[in-house]
Amino acid sequence: MSFLTGNNMTGGYGAADILHDCTIGVEKGEIAVVVGPNGAGKSTAMKALFGMLDLRQGEVLIGGENITSLTPQDRVTRGMGFVPQTSNVFTTMSVEENLEMGAFIRQDDIRGTMNQVYDLFPILKEKRRQPAGELSGGQRQQVAVGRALMTQPEVLMLDEPTAGVSPIVMDELFDRIIEIARTGIAVLMVEQNAKQALQIADKGYVLVQGANRYTDTGAALLANPDVRKAFLGG
Amino acid sequence: MSHTLRKILMFGLVAIGFIAVGQLQSWPLSLTILNLCLISAIMSLGVNIQWGYAGLLNVGVMGFAALGGLAGVLVSTQPVPAAWAAGGSGLGLAFLVALVTIGAICWCYFKLGPVVRTLPIIIIGLVGFFAYRYFFDPAVSAIEAVDPATSGNLGGLGMPIILSWLVGGLFAAAAAWAVGKVSLGLRSDYLAIATLGISEIIIAMLKNEDWLTRGVKNMSGLPRPVPYEVDIQKSEYFIKLAEDWGVSIIDLSSILVKLAYAGLFAAVLLILLWLCERALKSPWGRMMRAIRDNETAAEAMGKNVTGRHLQVFILGSAVIGIAGAMLTTLDGQFTPASYQPLRFTFLIWVMVIVGGSGNNWGAILGGFVIWFFWVEAEPVGLWLMDVITSGMADTSPLREHLLKSAAHMRPITMGVVLLLVLRFTPRGLLPETKR
Amino acid sequence: MNFLNAITLIGNYLFIPGLTYGCQLALGALGVTLIYAILRYSNFAHGETMAFGTMVTIFATWGLQKLGVSLGPLPTALIAMPVGILMTVVLCLVSDRVVYRYHRKQRSDPVIFLIASIGVMFLYNGLIRFVIGPDDQIFTDGERFIITAREFKTLTGLKEGLAFKTTQGITIVVTAVIVAALFWFLNKTRTGKSMRAYSDNEDLALLSGINPDRVVMVAWILTAALATIAGTLYGLDKSFKPFTYLQILLPIFAAAIVGGIGSPVGAIAGGFVIAFSEVAVTFAYRKFVSYLAPESWQPDGLLQLLSTDYKFAVSFSILVIVLLVRPTGIFRGRSI
Repeated sequence: MSFLTGNNMTGGYGAADILHDCTIGVEKGEIAVVVGPNGAGKSTAMKALFGMLDLRQGEVLIGGENITSLTPQDRVTRGMGFVPQTSNVFTTMSVEENLEMGAFIRQDDIRGTMNQVYDLFPILKEKRRQPAGELSGGQRQQVAVGRALMTQPEVLMLDEPTAGVSPIVMDELFDRIIEIARTGIAVLMVEQNAKQALQIADKGYVLVQGANRYTDTGAALLANPDVRKAFLGG
Repeated sequence: MSHTLRKILMFGLVAIGFIAVGQLQSWPLSLTILNLCLISAIMSLGVNIQWGYAGLLNVGVMGFAALGGLAGVLVSTQPVPAAWAAGGSGLGLAFLVALVTIGAICWCYFKLGPVVRTLPIIIIGLVGFFAYRYFFDPAVSAIEAVDPATSGNLGGLGMPIILSWLVGGLFAAAAAWAVGKVSLGLRSDYLAIATLGISEIIIAMLKNEDWLTRGVKNMSGLPRPVPYEVDIQKSEYFIKLAEDWGVSIIDLSSILVKLAYAGLFAAVLLILLWLCERALKSPWGRMMRAIRDNETAAEAMGKNVTGRHLQVFILGSAVIGIAGAMLTTLDGQFTPASYQPLRFTFLIWVMVIVGGSGNNWGAILGGFVIWFFWVEAEPVGLWLMDVITSGMADTSPLREHLLKSAAHMRPITMGVVLLLVLRFTPRGLLPETKR
Repeated sequence: MNFLNAITLIGNYLFIPGLTYGCQLALGALGVTLIYAILRYSNFAHGETMAFGTMVTIFATWGLQKLGVSLGPLPTALIAMPVGILMTVVLCLVSDRVVYRYHRKQRSDPVIFLIASIGVMFLYNGLIRFVIGPDDQIFTDGERFIITAREFKTLTGLKEGLAFKTTQGITIVVTAVIVAALFWFLNKTRTGKSMRAYSDNEDLALLSGINPDRVVMVAWILTAALATIAGTLYGLDKSFKPFTYLQILLPIFAAAIVGGIGSPVGAIAGGFVIAFSEVAVTFAYRKFVSYLAPESWQPDGLLQLLSTDYKFAVSFSILVIVLLVRPTGIFRGRSI
């Protein structure tokens, strides 16, 4: 049993189910990556874990505690951080204000955490007075990740963090994500760039039509000829 | 309950209301309310075309109705030759200048580049404005000096007033075209605010441009499309009829005149309703509803959303203009100061929402029901206040104040009705039928 | 000398009235823009909210006057205003609870909110007329002028006078204080920042644990306070008549949209743009020109671009130009 687990999740937005008996988990200090073709339900699985979708069956556990019925806001207080794929920063607010808003639920001193985020993403410290909307795509993603880290989460969930950024920025972002995982945070992300993502993954899930197809370590999935042929382009 | 049954039941209740007023208060009063109900129903039909078919928010109903009223004056009153002689040519020149200026500005706007055009447009606009005023001001003073006590304006065409119903529709359509061109395609609230603005400006114009309609000096004694009571009272036939039926000739003549109006109005209402129902069931109506329900999808399917919206906005405003002209016809006078936004814009909105937006029958029902309540709210409110305060001494200042303020129960009632409908039956008394 | 006279004339009839009116519009537009930023609809009841706040302030003023309380040269309404603000806050919160909250939970279309606000407008409208009646009410007391035209003339020796009314001075000072406080609140406090965050990106604000109900509540409190202050200042400066508060809705909306709806800085800029254009376009320049032009050039007409009856046309024209040229407004508010 992993630190965060979604067991046998089944559900969707309306009458039709998108997820079918899908199980996803991530351990502290690990990076788990969910890959799969378009429409496989990757983002839906992520939303289900975060409570943005009602499950018909299955459960979500964090540290062994059942949180299936909690709202997303309550899950934030339970130590989950979520970075949506789009509109994930407050564009009219400065970088620093974005981080402050990330820590809105905290009553204690947040300066330490903010410095940690600045250490992780030095460029943000430089631009902390600038509105986030004026930053480049890669920098915006850094703000988005930094905002989610401000609650000091135990689990960080990222929905396609590298969508729309250049390969160099992508490598840089992945490096940072490895650093985040090393501090003991569980990182779960959905990725389109499957090959690169699996290279840094401790655990990989290949979803097809809302169900688990392959589950293994990142390296093993990369080595698996079936996975390579069907999902990684040879 | 089926839709037809519901329709019959609702209109049946309205009919009972009119009979009750006729029996309890008086028949001429009941018919007066009926006539205004018919006009309200047409206005509400116009708003329903815009809001119910297309989701357009017109908060300037008052302005379009007033333009219809203006048409009533311009079509029916006799021309004032002296005024034309005094200022007609000057006014003509002024309008020519205005036309040339607008043409030149449009030419600059479309033919020159986005940055280059700014300066010429401003210069042309300023020069044109002063040239216009150079001709306009003396012409207006000359016109207004002609017999100011009785006319002081150019007068109209001296044609039958019924013709103005059509002209009123055209006036309103023209104004709607201008407003729609500017504000359609932007946020829906912008249309609301733009129409609010244009209606205020139209009213300001009608109040102040004395050369046109005598402004706040009002135009009264407009010719009627139906006979006058005094003429009926002179007729041997009706005197005998009144004796036979045992009613006073005064009552009979008044009822007859009102019935004649009611017939004319009902005819217009039925024609418009028939056209609206046809339109709603046609492919055009289906397209309009598709656009209303999902603009993005309709646009993706190649429908020109802004173009359709402009079309429907003009049509709806024209219907409101027709109703405005009919109202002036019924009143026999044109009083710009009587146009109040609460009465002419927001009340019509309550009619549409309460009746059932998207359903023509609903809009008409709303027109009847709400106007009925609007008229009857005052006597009922007064009666209610009287009952509530009956325990107090006659000289009590609170009782006096409450009785005096009973009239303000009207907007309160309307507000409460609107909010209740929005919350509990958002689709109205006669909901839109799924086709 | 003539030049100084001309400047004084402009100051007296154009600059001071424009500045005062601009302050009143700016405060009104701030309320509209706040509701738009947080609840995302155009609040048609705002004019009546202003009237309600002013009405309560008037009653409180009369009460204080009866008790013999006064501020000396300043109008008593200034100390009565907190009562007005409090009652208006209650009114707004009750309206939100009874009317708007339901539609918020239903996630109704913004247009439905707008229509609901029309219903609320009706209700307030009737309520105000029911309580205080539709007539003019005068509640200004204290010193009328900071400097009268005659005092100015003897002081400077100019032919033109410059009158500065107490109410104008108060309007300007109060607006400056209120605007500074509002911006401090929005930019420096945690609650203020959370409101900006909610306005910027509602979903992300929820993910960050910002409580939407609290944000909405604070928005109503601020709006009620702004509306009462704007309404009272307007009533002190001109006079209180319920109908004028319905009419002022158009210039207020125009100001909010011209500045960029949803943007507080825009609302203030828009207020001054609308106010100064309105005053400048309806001002008769005859005397101004007669000071500057040589004797033989004296104009015959009033040299007035538009009569004051058409002041609505000015706000409307500016609104139309902005909608055509830059639909997002001067300070890039929300569009479409």
